[in-house]
Amino acid sequence: MAKEVDIAVVGAGPAGLMAAIEGARAGAKVLVVDENSSPGGQLFKQIHKFFGSREHRAGIRGFSIGEELLDEAQKLGVEISLDTICWGIFPGPELALLRNDTDFTCRAERIIIATGASENALAFPGWTLPGVMGAGAAQTMINVHRVLPGQKVLMVGSGNVGLIVTYQLLQAGARVAMIVEAMLEIGGYGVHAGKIRRAGVPIRTRHTIISCQGENSVTSATIGRLDEKGQVISGSEETLDVDMVCLAVGLTPMAELLFTLKADFKYVPALGGQLPCHDEDMETSIEGIYVAGDVAGVEEASTAMEEGCLAGLACAESLGLLDSLQAGAEKQKVKKRLQALRSGPFGEHRQDAKEILTREGLIK
Amino acid sequence: MVRIKDHPILGALEETQEITIFVDGKPVLARAGEPIASALAAQGIRVFRNTANRKEPRGLFCAIGRCTDCMMTVNGIPNIRTCITPVREGMQVETQDGLGRWLNDG
Ligand SMILES: Cc1cc2nc3c(=O)[nH]c(=O)nc-3n(C[C@H](O)[C@H](O)[C@H](O)COP(=O)(O)OP(=O)(O)OC[C@H]3O[C@@H](n4cnc5c(N)ncnc54)[C@H](O)[C@@H]3O)c2cc1C
Ligand code: FES
Repeated sequence: MAKEVDIAVVGAGPAGLMAAIEGARAGAKVLVVDENSSPGGQLFKQIHKFFGSREHRAGIRGFSIGEELLDEAQKLGVEISLDTICWGIFPGPELALLRNDTDFTCRAERIIIATGASENALAFPGWTLPGVMGAGAAQTMINVHRVLPGQKVLMVGSGNVGLIVTYQLLQAGARVAMIVEAMLEIGGYGVHAGKIRRAGVPIRTRHTIISCQGENSVTSATIGRLDEKGQVISGSEETLDVDMVCLAVGLTPMAELLFTLKADFKYVPALGGQLPCHDEDMETSIEGIYVAGDVAGVEEASTAMEEGCLAGLACAESLGLLDSLQAGAEKQKVKKRLQALRSGPFGEHRQDAKEILTREGLIK
Repeated sequence: MVRIKDHPILGALEETQEITIFVDGKPVLARAGEPIASALAAQGIRVFRNTANRKEPRGLFCAIGRCTDCMMTVNGIPNIRTCITPVREGMQVETQDGLGRWLNDG
């Protein structure tokens, strides 16, 4: 079975859905594939309200945004193929797809890769015990499947994911004993940290997890204070009565498809590691192949949506579905919104990092 | 039981069809459509398998099908990622020992 479309999108998260919507609005025939059995990527586990201005859908909760995007994509005639993994991209370009043990391919004029990111792990004695899991894993269990995988939690990492998931664990009825953060300062937004503090959960900076204990699953965890060199200060160890340890220690872009295509990469730690270079229109070093969202640099759902928007517009323009004047004006609006999201103390370093990536991306 | 019945934002847990699966032979009630892993977590079951060499317990880790920590033997087929495999009526789920054995493997 072989299909043919104008634009094929890999990943039905916020980035992929937005890209599909913009492409379809301009009149392109669009297929979105996602290996999950439900669309939305990470959006449906995000039950907090979004920040930013009205254009960024501030004040709306992640799962409602997910429903809006799906609805819009469907109205525009976007085909969404679930349970479908893209395992390779071949010259053509052609996507190699697998659904329910059936192989098929799809030829596409343009491809947008929006595969997202996966959570980083952290190794310490006892980290493989059941009860230790990614913070995103806990978020999936409580908000999507409505199950608490533990009652008393230690959160490792105070970035936005660590802070948000801590709050959501409290909302789900768990007790969070503490958040430990190895750095000198809390990593995430002050608004989130304030909520956690008001809820009575201590955030200890300059602290880390040393080990966790338990026969068949976690029954306690030991933390300690770090000196300037990042070594545990002896005598500062403390053992906490917890049955769950959540790791919120960053995300890594899932760029495997682009590795296999031999796209140009650049190491940008501020955005999650090895990243595909891309130009201002989200096109990679390989003509006709675009990226959007976390795979192009780990940020947040709002930036992922804007990048998807940009990639969708750029594809439509290069296919001749939008004239360059109209496309130029639309893209400019999106770029402005992206810039607003990447300003201020928490955004500026991402703006700088993105500029490095796009500069490299332009040298084709 | 650690099922989240009431939630300040998501509201009351919707009624769904109940399904019975068997975990190491014992019946366990699950919610239609949920993955095996969450049905087990709701019963407080945390050890999904033991590793091949050191016999160490493993359970849920990423919950999105990436890490393979949650593998169990399902209907006689080993190495099934339980965090992304939905429950089905009458499903036989077994704690997996090492790499597991196929049902008809002699
Ligand atoms: C577990 C987790 C929790 C998070 N929680 C928050 C949060 O609470 N707040 C926040 O602002 N940000 C959060 N983030 C950051 C999050 O990455 C962004 O909010 C946003 O979801 C990124 O959108 P995206 O479309 O780039 O990727 P995603 O939403 O991750 O979507 C990518 C999609 O691509 C699919 N896919 C990947 N590879 C393939 C393939 N080869 N074939 C087919 N399909 C594929 C995946 O199944 C997935 O559905 C979280 C991230 C993770 C991983
Ligand atoms: S928990 Fe990672 S694959 Fe299931």
